[in-house]
Amino acid sequence: MSDKKSILIINQSAPYGSSKARESLDVALTCSIFDMPVSLLFIGDGLFQLIKGQSPELLDMKKHEAMLTALPMYDIEQIFVTEDDLKTNGLTEQDLALSVNVVSRDMISSLIQNHDSVMTF
Amino acid sequence: MKFSLVVHASPFSEQASSTAYRYAKCLLSQGHEIYRVFYYGDGVMVANSQIAPPQDEANLPKLWTELANEHSLDLVVCIAAAVKRGVLDQNEAKRYEKDAANLADGFELSGLGQLAEAIAISDRVVTFGG
Repeated sequence: MSDKKSILIINQSAPYGSSKARESLDVALTCSIFDMPVSLLFIGDGLFQLIKGQSPELLDMKKHEAMLTALPMYDIEQIFVTEDDLKTNGLTEQDLALSVNVVSRDMISSLIQNHDSVMTF
Repeated sequence: MKFSLVVHASPFSEQASSTAYRYAKCLLSQGHEIYRVFYYGDGVMVANSQIAPPQDEANLPKLWTELANEHSLDLVVCIAAAVKRGVLDQNEAKRYEKDAANLADGFELSGLGQLAEAIAISDRVVTFGG
């Protein structure tokens, strides 16, 4: 690998309605294994991926929340949500399954600017 | 410039799948290099050689195969996404005891590491669909 490019993965899809959340997580873990610094931003419906107490076994699906809590083991600790999205959905940080950085919506542009590559799911 | 393309879009249901093909052709005609095309999610279905569209519609697997042959393109299909959608090469068909392989010529199955490497090496990564 020539150099370590940083990647920002923007998650805007709810966890079980499509395969996006799973696909995104797989890319995040793979890039991290390749020593690329990975940051995750959860916006809009993507915020629902982080909610505590998910019961996807009712849908015969794997628990997304459990996989997300493995992120720190992969050195993925830069996890961002926006204050606006929390408020819009009536949520607080205490409703989330892992600790996140709460930023203002204006910060999204600088997050994008500060990474070499951006992927959206 | 060195480009990589990531295709999430399903062929036929989403325009982005054929847009990726036309974008690739356009890049090559302008003298850019395509380091890799990576197919992910429903995008992998374009690598199914059994696709048989009506005669007046584009045959995307065939078009990609021709473009790959002409320009020695690296067309990589995510193996996990492909196998669960029934897009199999000889090895996988044998492994899962299926009747036949159907991966179109010019494509290969490989892992997500190929996407990470493409991101690391390319000047630009352009995503289609998703």
